[in-house]
Amino acid sequence: MTMQPASTEIQSRTAAIIQELKDLEGPLLPILHGIQEEFGHVPQDAVPVIADGLNLSRAEVHGVVTFYHDFRARPAGRHVLKLCQAEACQSMGSDAIAAKVKQLLGIDFHETTRDGSVTLEPVYCLGLCACSPSAMLDGEVIGRLDDEKIEEIVAEVRS
Amino acid sequence: MIPRIYIPGDSGALALGAEKVAKAIRAELAERGIEAKIVRNGSRGAYFLEPMVEVATAEGRVAYGPVKPSDVKSLFDSGFLKGGHHKRWLGAPDKIPFLAKQTRLTFARCGINDPLSLDAYKSLGGLKGLQNAVAMAPLDIVKQVTESGLRGRGGAGFPTGIKWKTVLDTAGERKYIVCNADEGDSATFADRMIMEGDPFVLIEGMAIAGIATGATKGFVYIRSEYPHAVAVMNKAVEFARKAGVLGVNVLGSPNAFDMEIRVGAGAYVCGEETSLLNSLEGKRGVVRAKPPLPAIQGLFGKPTVINNVISLASVPIIMDKGAAFYKDFGMGRSRGTIPIQIAGNVKHGGLFETAFGLTLGEIVDDIGGGTATGRPVKAVQVGGPLGAYFPRALFDTPFDYEEFAKRDGLIGHAGITVFDDTADMLKQARFAMEFCAIESCGKCTPCRIGSTRGVETIDRLAAGIEPEKNLALVTDLCNTMKFGSLCALGGFTPYPVMSSITHFPEDFKPAPARVAAE
Repeated sequence: MTMQPASTEIQSRTAAIIQELKDLEGPLLPILHGIQEEFGHVPQDAVPVIADGLNLSRAEVHGVVTFYHDFRARPAGRHVLKLCQAEACQSMGSDAIAAKVKQLLGIDFHETTRDGSVTLEPVYCLGLCACSPSAMLDGEVIGRLDDEKIEEIVAEVRS
Repeated sequence: MIPRIYIPGDSGALALGAEKVAKAIRAELAERGIEAKIVRNGSRGAYFLEPMVEVATAEGRVAYGPVKPSDVKSLFDSGFLKGGHHKRWLGAPDKIPFLAKQTRLTFARCGINDPLSLDAYKSLGGLKGLQNAVAMAPLDIVKQVTESGLRGRGGAGFPTGIKWKTVLDTAGERKYIVCNADEGDSATFADRMIMEGDPFVLIEGMAIAGIATGATKGFVYIRSEYPHAVAVMNKAVEFARKAGVLGVNVLGSPNAFDMEIRVGAGAYVCGEETSLLNSLEGKRGVVRAKPPLPAIQGLFGKPTVINNVISLASVPIIMDKGAAFYKDFGMGRSRGTIPIQIAGNVKHGGLFETAFGLTLGEIVDDIGGGTATGRPVKAVQVGGPLGAYFPRALFDTPFDYEEFAKRDGLIGHAGITVFDDTADMLKQARFAMEFCAIESCGKCTPCRIGSTRGVETIDRLAAGIEPEKNLALVTDLCNTMKFGSLCALGGFTPYPVMSSITHFPEDFKPAPARVAAE
């Protein structure tokens, strides 16, 4: 299991991020990205600190955090695999690719394997539509997925 | 002369193994003791040939592609550093038919050089538009953009010059230029290619927009799914600032303009201009009702130009070569060029910039070369997830805003997804509703509730439950969504749904085969 930092530590690290970014125009999204980069998710304990720092209500901050697909409530696995499920990839068999990956990993979309090795997510377009079907593994782009590439990916995240 | 090797760093090329090819080339150079300069250029957009490696020879560039790491040894054996023949040899890149047939205005430089070299940018005509603009009165710049006939390339097709005029005419102690780089539509990658392959053209376009309207601050809102584009744009802004292209004295003029790169957070609806503004302000990306127009009350309530990447990146050439030059391309009220993105199940996928007016059939069959699978084309979706599905019977439709509207479609951001005859149009219609349900911002009822009811109704159709009644229900629901939604997400989701029903009715019939198969 991932070690969760103590509440006071979350608060102090969050405060440092706010301090660095709060003078931007419209600083909330950059701050949330900073926090997610720091902790791998947006911890509940960070919300009141942000609210306080930006003179917002906790409800407003909570509303923003939960609106965007990117911000996680809990940490992801060691790897994050995003499979594109949008139309261009559909036309090249992304449904079958997703079914195979789910079967190999034993998880569905939005789930993490029990050993914490990988989180699987759908994504709606990576802008690689002339190289479909496509995926993103930990920020690295992969195009023209086929059985061989899937097996390579699965082996990599499992190792 | 030290040989120069160009290996694209564009994320499309990387997805096809460009990094592995670069590694293999470096290793081979080291092993053979050859000194060479490796330049990481953008992509020219012929993705079926990526990774496309080019070498500079005395006779000009020679391209090879698609190169696999296993080809590298034999490339060196064939003397590719001098343009030698090899099975991957393509000849001069600008003679490759897919590229030779294009009219590249906005993408004139994309993929040729190191995207972060300002010198390379200037050597190919960069900054000429901005140089002209700083010597002009704001109103004259706006006039030139208006006269060029440039219309919003994000999809709505609103005349760019008229939008700028509104911002110029609106008083405000602070004004903004916002670039919408939240390119979420499937089949589109033109914005990504420009940001990764020629970022200075976007910066130049935004600076011109700033001078034209009196705005001093710009934001580029890039989707988080594009980390490579974010990285290139951040560096490009930094270099532009150092070179005095951005800052308190743009190109030494009294005009001030600076900009920031911002990253989205995975919400498709933020491609809608008013939700994008809310998102930039740090709010939920919920759509705003219009009026007021963003041009009058936009970002932080200030007058704001919000334009798509391609609209802004098309401005420098208009300011360089003149309105008439740009306007001479195209047809009807669709002037200039459009970067068509040919995607999905297609043999020759990639970016094809051309004047408006090619027919859909020419694009799919002649340029795209038909499907990748070799099966017949069944449908093409034009304009992303909110665009209509066109059958072969409508392949004579010319690529033009009005012509597509006449046939109940839209060109949107000019992405085209090709499907072969294995596509199930009921499934595609269902996905359109499902996608709308996932991405709806929740502000208006037709979109928020309608999309979910749409999925359920199409599921009943698929199960053969009261087909006539449910088909009528979907049609009625689409009508409500089309006319009752606040923005294009709910308002345009009916396009893929209704076009599937209209053009492919056989896929919606309770066919015995469909029932028996399940």
